Amino acid sequence: MSRKTGIAKKKSATTTPKARAEVGPAMFGRDIFVQALEREGVEVIFAYPGGASMEIHQALTSSKIRTILPRHEQGGSFAAEGYARATGKAGVCMGTSGPGATNLVTAIADAYMDSCPLIAITGQVNQNMIGRGAFQETDIIGVTLPIVKHSYLVTDIKDIPRIVKEAFYIAQSGRPGPVVIDLPKNIQQAKAQPVWPTFEEVKKGLPGYTQPDLKADDLALNEIIGLIEKAERPVLYCGGGIITSGAAAELKKFAEATNIPVTTTLMGVGGFPETHPLSLRWLGMHGSASANWAVNGEYELRKSFNDPMVKLKDGADLLLAFGVRFDDRVTGKFEEFCKNGTIVHVDIDASELNKNRKAHLPVVGDIKDALTRLNAMVARRPIFQKRPAWLAQIAEWQKKGPFAYRITPEIANSDHMKDHLGGQENQVILQQMVIEMLYEMTQGEAYITTGVGQHQMWAGQWYKYKYPRQLITSAGLGSMGYGYPAALGVKVALPDKQVVDIDGDGSFLMNIQELATAHIEKIAAKAIILNNQHLGMVVQWEDNFYEGNRGHTYLGDPEHRAHIYPDYVRVCNSFNVKCERVMYKKDLRAALQRMLDADEPYVLDVVTPYSTHVIPFIPAGRTVADMIWKP
Amino acid sequence: MQHTISILVENKFGVLTRVAGLFSGRGYNIDTLNVGPTQDPALSRMTVVTHGDDATLEQIVKQLNKLPNVLKVQSFQEGEYVDRELVLAKVNVDSTSRAEVMQITDIFRAKIVDVQPRTLTIEITGSSSKVEKFLDLMKTFGVVELTRTGQVAMPRK
Repeated sequence: MSRKTGIAKKKSATTTPKARAEVGPAMFGRDIFVQALEREGVEVIFAYPGGASMEIHQALTSSKIRTILPRHEQGGSFAAEGYARATGKAGVCMGTSGPGATNLVTAIADAYMDSCPLIAITGQVNQNMIGRGAFQETDIIGVTLPIVKHSYLVTDIKDIPRIVKEAFYIAQSGRPGPVVIDLPKNIQQAKAQPVWPTFEEVKKGLPGYTQPDLKADDLALNEIIGLIEKAERPVLYCGGGIITSGAAAELKKFAEATNIPVTTTLMGVGGFPETHPLSLRWLGMHGSASANWAVNGEYELRKSFNDPMVKLKDGADLLLAFGVRFDDRVTGKFEEFCKNGTIVHVDIDASELNKNRKAHLPVVGDIKDALTRLNAMVARRPIFQKRPAWLAQIAEWQKKGPFAYRITPEIANSDHMKDHLGGQENQVILQQMVIEMLYEMTQGEAYITTGVGQHQMWAGQWYKYKYPRQLITSAGLGSMGYGYPAALGVKVALPDKQVVDIDGDGSFLMNIQELATAHIEKIAAKAIILNNQHLGMVVQWEDNFYEGNRGHTYLGDPEHRAHIYPDYVRVCNSFNVKCERVMYKKDLRAALQRMLDADEPYVLDVVTPYSTHVIPFIPAGRTVADMIWKP
Repeated sequence: MQHTISILVENKFGVLTRVAGLFSGRGYNIDTLNVGPTQDPALSRMTVVTHGDDATLEQIVKQLNKLPNVLKVQSFQEGEYVDRELVLAKVNVDSTSRAEVMQITDIFRAKIVDVQPRTLTIEITGSSSKVEKFLDLMKTFGVVELTRTGQVAMPRK
């Protein structure tokens, strides 16, 4: 007998779409395409025109869709991701053929890693020029193959309505992801009568795509309840899947009914309120010590990676991994992660099960559906164990190792103090203070985006997130330059919310041209640059593993080290964006208030030391026994 | 360990690249690959023979299942499927060896499809073990050219 691997997929029944499909009047391809976007409910598109996409821009000028012109395709595509992450609806970006298309590649890869619904549209040269090395020609379908959920090269104008509908369905359903649509210019210019298929027809035409309909089986859910009843030290480990599937309310209900503490991944932050008594905050390389101890157990800090691991306290005996993918930044060394616990892994993507860490009970299915049914089971047969000893242990860990910072000798003796704070050393601003103050001043209600690096980790640690989609960060791919364009996308989606990009000077500079987009399009997204004139995270690794030897991690002007370089105030002003520099602690609160009160884009350039390290820190591929957690 | 994977896909352009990319992206070589239409012209069947550790193969099979153009993936275990391969081999012969080559061809129920003064072109069909054995024997005469379809496979049940 053959071993059926994965999920058996049903064979297609070929359908005759003519029965119910709607036929429109003859139109240009460009207009069919834009109408197809409108029919998907697209409100905004981030698009940079060029020869092979200008036809669509022409059609967009008479559409109700808002077209936002970014100043670089990467900025536009990150903004589309921000919009998608904030709303759960697909973000749409477009570039022309060739370089326009290749500039979208980083965001496509980013969306693939973080399961973000993104529609990336690229113009393509005329069909009769494809493969001839035409001006601005790139095989973008080929380039993006390993980083898309699906992709389409449109070869027939008649396919436009179906392809667009399929693309949105695939991008937004199941485990979301990026879909590329490559549209040759001659098809944009051709004329045809569009046939608009119904959703049912589109679904029938995708016999191989069954992911959105996957549900956990009853037997597995019953087994989960059984495991919970037996467990003495259970932990919920929840990821982006909770947010994607809209299961935050179900998770809260489940955690409260079973009295199980919750840790999330960085992608899952906000999926469970971090202010909740059962919240352990997020776990992993720079996650909370208590979350790492709760999952793995507490160990004596090893002097060397070759020393044996000496256990002090037991960690989880049951790990409920819901909508997560056991990322290496969470697990450290895969085999040591929750070594002594039973692992239950529920995910809609079967390929995540047993990929990085073997699960004792792997379950394929949508997590919202699974949690709803688990809640119903718990309601019928309540779980009586309250596990006071386990909760007391966790409380002890939380007290022992909270997120903390101090002015270390490395900071006190740093060049930063001499160069920038001479005589005012007590006025030094640490990065953590800024975010802590922002949290307090916004009552934890702001939507936060980040770049990538130390500031990103601190933005996770020092702001507490209450809602799903409140922290929008490039977690999987770690794309520097993500923060500000993403903030623009979030602000466009949520104009009434305070949206703040917590950024680093390295990351901010990578898409600084988007200040123009913010000003021209009147998008009041704020940015705080935690400016340490260095690539702080790499510096931290240099300090830990390379005796502090600087390998091109200094971003300032080496000939004028005492001056902050570049001068962000002048840069921002040239874009007509307000910006102020903050050097001293005494000025910080008032400056933050001015930024928060502004009804236009506003940048704070906060000068900070570069010798601050992100703590806790579990070095890559290591274990909780190697966690540095005392500041 | 050798694995035979049968993949039912939509007969559309680009599908082969998507499937092959899942192997190449993980540094896996495809030993043989066969693609052809099925009884339904909208669908094609691919048979892939590859080797590697089970965990990676499990991952590839799951990733294959995720592709919207893939309808069904079967990973065959030893003995539970039938497989065949067709091979064309051009073998060196002279007046003394021709008869012996023809005799071996006969034993293997292979067919001579072309005769030239110095070569015979032989068609052989069968399981991989039979084909390998035959080709082994032909080596002594000298195989000038060889082309193989790669394995095609089907479950017994």
